[in-house]
Formats: sequence, structure tokens, C-alpha cells
Amino acid sequence: MKVSQKITSYPGHEITPEDVKEGKYLDVVYKFEPKYSWAAGVAISRFLSELRERKIIARKCMNCKRILVPPRMYCEQCFRPTDEWVQIKDTGTINTYSISHVGTDARRLKTPILVAVVDLDGATPGMGILHNLGEVEPSKVKVGMKVKAVWKSSSERQGAITDIRYFKPMGEE
Amino acid sequence: MKNRVAIVGAGMTLFRRRMLESPKELSFEATRMALDSAGLELKDIQSVVSGSAPDAFDGMHMKGEYLLDGMGGIGKPNQRVYVGGGTGVFTPIGGFWNVASGMYDTCLCVAEEKMSPLHPHPQYAFWSIFDQILERPLGTTLLWIFSLEMRRYMHKYGIKEEEIASVAVKNKGNAVDHPCAQLGAKITVDDVMNSEPICWPVKRLDVSPPSDGAAAVVLASEKVAKKLTDQPVWLDGVGWTLDSTHWTNRDLAYPEYVEKAAWMAYKMAGIKKPRKEIDIAEVYDPFDYKELHHMEGLQLAGKGEAAKMAVDGVTQRDGDLPVCPSGGLLGVGNPIAAAGMMKICEVFWQLRGEAGKRQVKKDARTGLAQAWGDLMQVGTVAVMRS
Repeated sequence: MKVSQKITSYPGHEITPEDVKEGKYLDVVYKFEPKYSWAAGVAISRFLSELRERKIIARKCMNCKRILVPPRMYCEQCFRPTDEWVQIKDTGTINTYSISHVGTDARRLKTPILVAVVDLDGATPGMGILHNLGEVEPSKVKVGMKVKAVWKSSSERQGAITDIRYFKPMGEE
Repeated sequence: MKNRVAIVGAGMTLFRRRMLESPKELSFEATRMALDSAGLELKDIQSVVSGSAPDAFDGMHMKGEYLLDGMGGIGKPNQRVYVGGGTGVFTPIGGFWNVASGMYDTCLCVAEEKMSPLHPHPQYAFWSIFDQILERPLGTTLLWIFSLEMRRYMHKYGIKEEEIASVAVKNKGNAVDHPCAQLGAKITVDDVMNSEPICWPVKRLDVSPPSDGAAAVVLASEKVAKKLTDQPVWLDGVGWTLDSTHWTNRDLAYPEYVEKAAWMAYKMAGIKKPRKEIDIAEVYDPFDYKELHHMEGLQLAGKGEAAKMAVDGVTQRDGDLPVCPSGGLLGVGNPIAAAGMMKICEVFWQLRGEAGKRQVKKDARTGLAQAWGDLMQVGTVAVMRS
């Protein structure tokens, strides 16, 4: 078995976690604990402050007429500044969804979570945002299902994407 | 183009979950093998292009500069290129500019990745590809973009999980014949279907593993290539494009950026009917559905029609369009940048008829290698001819 009939040996040595544990090979362990503070930017700062007011806001480009969410101060297609703020709805349609059994670092979650791309009503069709789904059995979720934002209370809202707890199905249409 | 560009040598290391060799040592081994197969020494090399994916895996800033020694780059014009998972095929594309432009007659292209340093799991590094304000607070994991894209793809074209699983069965089976492979195995569609759901519809056996490894090729201008070998493999077309990081704003069922990259490469290579003119394809397969998704973007299958080709055996090694005869990322392993370069190496060996047990049945004259990456936004494509 060869990569090329002209090549006869393949370099490299595999090591296992046991090899390291047994001290067969040495490693050096280091934990990097930096802290970042990100300015949210012109468009997203406004978007976040509107979330705190229980509103979802988008930007409109008068040239291509698209209503953009997440909002941006420039239209990447027309390559010109966008023109105005437009409030859109906190309802939408599930474009796609998934049942996640893993967390950020790939460790298994005790309870799986539902994630989805939700196309928001009032924005140009196909303008979705990433968010969680709640108050629904995973087996009941469908692409195309209408959903509505479930907001945190006014005292809990702090100007973050998590001011929306999740989206839940709107029920029978 | 000033020069026609040839690949004249290729090399790679074992791909494994964790390797003893340092990133420089892995790079050296692959580079030395590529030089030996081309019959060249480092002094014959005029420029170097290096490729490695996120610095976050290694926890080392300036990885391109660190890797320089092992990649043969000391004192030479060295360029590191980077487009996430697309890097492996973008590295020889970078080399192509060096040689096609007439600036250099020889260029070494090396791709290396060690994912193993990061704990508890290399996937942790991908948390930082998501938008830091609007997405990371939701507890993102890389798998989400795949599982969400896979679900949309299945929905739009009515594709079944079992059909998608047949790709994992094929690629892991092909990898049994690859001496560097990490996960070659004879498995069944049921094995894939019954494997642990990680991020449904993605199950454990739908996914390629984290890996360490390196791979390299040597490029030469036509006049130098013809002196070195009577079997040059011509790099006749290259293409790459990127879409926005606003990934939730685009149609996840179809990778338009891959189509654009493919047509750029096909036009350069004079290919008008890709499905008829491409004999073999190393399509990017970090997940089984991605092979199908990319075949469609590459115009090797109609929209929503790649799954049928996989189920019907068209993409097997003895089929009409062998796809991932190496075993792909699903079988050989996925050291990000090195995995894309492994695909370039495989097409090189296949077109020279040197692939041994992996050699495809048909007489392959034109091959394609493709990679994909970043936040579901880049396609990199290379068309090669014997």
C-alpha cells in the first residue's frame, strides 16, 4: 500500500494520550487567558440598544432596496452607505435548524439545544439571523415553521443578542 | 500567462490524531519527500508558498514565520496564504502566480497543520470564527454551520440522511488503501446512521476527524519541468472566490462561491463541459454531505442530483466520475491546510498512474482538486492535466 508506487516509506510518529501520561513523550502545557473588549460598531451598537427596547431594527439601501439584518452602515453589494433605519418584526420563518448535543469546546451537553437560522419578517427575504429555539419538542420543529421571539423582561435586557431568549413556534396558522 | 505551470513532485506525512513531530518537523518531512520525488534540492527552489490554517490551533502567533525553516523558506521569497479550510488548495494557487507570472521557474508549496495542541478539543478554536457580538453569546460550535447547512440542503432537494451517509462509506473505504490514512475502514450506511448524533442531522461518522500532518508539492515552469520529468502534471486552471461572513443571509443549499471559483478555473483550463471533461475529482469532504454540495457547486452534478450519483456508484473508484479516490478528509484525515494539499497530491499521483491500489479504473487525464472553508464562504479550485 503506497501513496505513490515510487515512494516506499511514510514519515511521522503517532503519539497517544497514554504515551504522554506515561511520560514516554514530554509536553508543555500553557493556558492563555486574555480578555477582549469589542466595540460593537456603529450599526450593531444601535441594533443592540434597540434590542434592549424589545425592537429589531434593520438598515435599508435605497439603491438595491434591500432591508439588511444584521444591519450594516454600508451596502456590500452597491458599495455605498446605507440610507435609513427600518424597524422589522420579531417574527419569522425557520430557514434551517439543528439539534446540538455539543457545546463550544465540543464537550457533550446534558440537554441538547435547538439552533436555527430564522428569516425575519419585514427584512428582505432570506435575511436570517442565528438564534436558539425554545418551548418546542425537537421532533416537532420543521423548516418553514413560523416563529416569534421570546424576550427577556425589561430589567433583564442589557443590549445583547441574548435579550431574545429564543424563538418559539407561533402555533397553528 | 507567461509560463505554463507543472507539478513535478509531491510528498506527505502520515495523518494522525496526534503526532510527535513538531510543526516544523512535519513540514520538513513532507517537503523533503516532495523535493526527492522531483529530483531537486532546496538550492534549486526559487520561491516558497506556505499554508497553515488558524494560529489558534497551535497557540502560536506568526505561524508562517515559525514554520519557515521546515518549509525550506529561509532566505527565499516566502509567502503565507490563508483562507481557512480552503488553504490547502489555495497554497498551490499561490505557487501558480509565482511561476505563471514568469517571476520564478520553481516554487515549493507546503501545507502543515497540527490541530492536537488545543485542549479539550481542536474545535474550540473555531468558536472565534463566529461574530463576536451577535453569534458567540449563543454558545456557538463549528458544527452548527455544517448541521444547519446540511439540514437546508436536505430540505431544499429532498435528500435523505442515508444517501448522504453513502459518501462516508465510500471515502472511509477508499482510505483503507491509503498508507497515510487515519480512519480507513469498511463501514456501512447503518453504521453511519447509528453513530452518535453530535449535531443532528450531523452524526459522528458524517464528520472527518481532527488530525496532524503535512503535505507538499513542487511547481516548475514548462521549460524546467520538461527537463526534470517526462510525466509533468500541468496546473492548467486555478480559481477562488469568497462570499461575505454574513452567512445567515445566503442560500445555504447551494455554494455559489464554489461555482464562481470553478468557472474561473474551468475558463483558464479551457473546460466548457466539466461533467464530461473532468475524469477524477478530489472534492472537499470535511463532512459527507459537503462532497455532494460541492459536486453541485463544481458543476459535476446538477442541483440536488449529486446524492443519486453517490448512491448509484458513479463516484466510486471504478465509476464514471471517481470522487475522492484517496479516501478524502473523511478517511485519510483532516489536518486542515494539509488535507487540501493531500488532494492536490492525490490527483498528481492518479494522473501519473502511480496511485497503486487507489488507482482509478478509467484512464484519467484531467483531474480537479477543491477545498472550501472560512465561515462557509470560500471556494478554491485547481484543474490538473497529465
